[in-house]
Amino acid sequence: MTATLTAPPGARVAPGARRHRGPSAAAKLLPLLPAMVLLLLFFAGPVIWSIYTAFTDQSLSGAGASHAQFIGLANFSRMVADPAFWHSIVLTVIFVVGSAVIGQNTLGLLIALLLRHRHRVTQAAVSLVVVGAWVMPEIVAAFCWYAFLNPDGSLNSWVGGLGLTQNWLYTAPVFAVILANVWRGTAFSMMVYSAALSDIAPELEEAASVDGASGWRRLWSITVPLIRRSILTNLMLITLQTLAVFTVIYVLTGGGPGGASQTTPLYMYEQAFQFYDLGYGTAMALVLLLVGALFSLIYLRFVSVDER
Amino acid sequence: MTATLSAGTAAGTSGAVAQPPRRRVLGITSPRKLPTWVLAHLALLLVVCAFLAPMLWLIFGSLHADSALTVQLGGRWSLSNFVAVMTPETLWLPLLNSFLLSAGTAVLTVICAALAAYPLSRYSMRFRRTFLYTIVFSTGLPITAVMVPVYVLFATFAITDSRIATILFMSATSLPFAIWMMKNFMDGVPVSLEEAAWTDGAGWFDSLRGIVLPLMAPGLAVVSIFVFVQQWGDFFIPFVLLQSPEKQPASVSIYTFFSSYGAVAYGQLAAFSILYTLPIIALYGVLSKALGGGFSFAGGLKG
Repeated sequence: MTATLTAPPGARVAPGARRHRGPSAAAKLLPLLPAMVLLLLFFAGPVIWSIYTAFTDQSLSGAGASHAQFIGLANFSRMVADPAFWHSIVLTVIFVVGSAVIGQNTLGLLIALLLRHRHRVTQAAVSLVVVGAWVMPEIVAAFCWYAFLNPDGSLNSWVGGLGLTQNWLYTAPVFAVILANVWRGTAFSMMVYSAALSDIAPELEEAASVDGASGWRRLWSITVPLIRRSILTNLMLITLQTLAVFTVIYVLTGGGPGGASQTTPLYMYEQAFQFYDLGYGTAMALVLLLVGALFSLIYLRFVSVDER
Repeated sequence: MTATLSAGTAAGTSGAVAQPPRRRVLGITSPRKLPTWVLAHLALLLVVCAFLAPMLWLIFGSLHADSALTVQLGGRWSLSNFVAVMTPETLWLPLLNSFLLSAGTAVLTVICAALAAYPLSRYSMRFRRTFLYTIVFSTGLPITAVMVPVYVLFATFAITDSRIATILFMSATSLPFAIWMMKNFMDGVPVSLEEAAWTDGAGWFDSLRGIVLPLMAPGLAVVSIFVFVQQWGDFFIPFVLLQSPEKQPASVSIYTFFSSYGAVAYGQLAAFSILYTLPIIALYGVLSKALGGGFSFAGGLKG
């Protein structure tokens, strides 16, 4: 009740006029119908279908293509015993922690802090470049990094004098994809943190600085606690985004060399579309979806659909 | 600059009440504040250089006639790479396909989202909150993971390689976030404006079309552009769902272009990338103008 009372005018604080017109429950749901149909057929449908397919030997060719058999938990027991699957899980965790939780999150916060109180021109110039990396299509970003890290690319031509020339995508594939993903995704965290920082009342930090708190002390004891909610929300969102990254890794290393950078989405793709094992691929998709759902549920805790 | 200014004024106002000597220490910026200012700007310069470095190849590579991978100032500068890719089958058809997919998805998504947002914003319904939480929950699900089951589903019903089916799927993936944004924009339009229309006997559709949507035109533009930009840049969905080269959007054809030749024409790849990216940059400019600076955009995600 308090929610409806404190809701701003314009929210559904049913005024008399509406109540006595009162559309029936069915009429209220009517506008939702097109969206519901699309979501059920093309979003919920595949998810439910995947629960079925994951328990079959569905494949793109051979007997499994036309007559998929129900094989129970075979796909899942195979997964548990598959070292390549576990390797991909470990790589996915390294990729998410390295590029999202540590890379994008820390760098995004750092840039947002550095940009605070700067001249408008400085702010615009820095965000133009950082956001530019985020706005460009994923595949173009991947090409940029492919060219940059190529044996004949810019990085080697710059470090050539130091004798560091090497084929980066072979010598350090995981580091390369992490770096590329940090570069691509940092803008998101930066924007989230810039918005959060601009909500902080300047008096709070000024008071601390008058009391003699140093820069670091103010950051840890005042600023970070004040944007705690944004940090948690951001961590959930970038984890979800990074969990789903496919294109950047696919273009840069293709999961190689020899599976060295094959995260679970790439392994799933390989099993399903290159080895035509759709049942096994779908079982992995289901695992990815469950992990995503878990993080999405945690994210829901920070969102409120009414209080605005 | 702003930092020193606000510190100065803050000290000025508090100084009027409290001790004046303190004001001078805070007000004069030079000796203690300068190193921080220099360090901060050096760090920002480093950030700009690091983010710029991988992008430079796009510009230098595309403008060099001899398809170099490195950033070099010498050599022959020319537009030959742009001329070479500007053929119907290399550039224009894929761009047209990208446009059809993105625009189709944007239109369908915006119509469905605007309709769905109306009852969610205006009526008190039994499952409203549950529905909204489900919508927000779906925005977090990794689409990558859905692609294998989606392919199985499409293959079962023989609708792979169909543009329309691809648009329907893309719309379904864009809808959760679009409904959420649209509902938030619609909450900003006061109900009181509609009440007069209701007493005149107007139905929900007249009210939505005649009063609410015109008043939230910027919001509609933001959602459309957002969906369009997302789909324009998407690679994985069309890569899995569209097989015929003549139906593939630029994101997929650029990949084929890149992987199918023995020796990659890097200069042309860079030129293609630039031409494919430009519309997005322009639309993003419009978007951040409409939202009053790019920053508030991600702020809307906080919920």
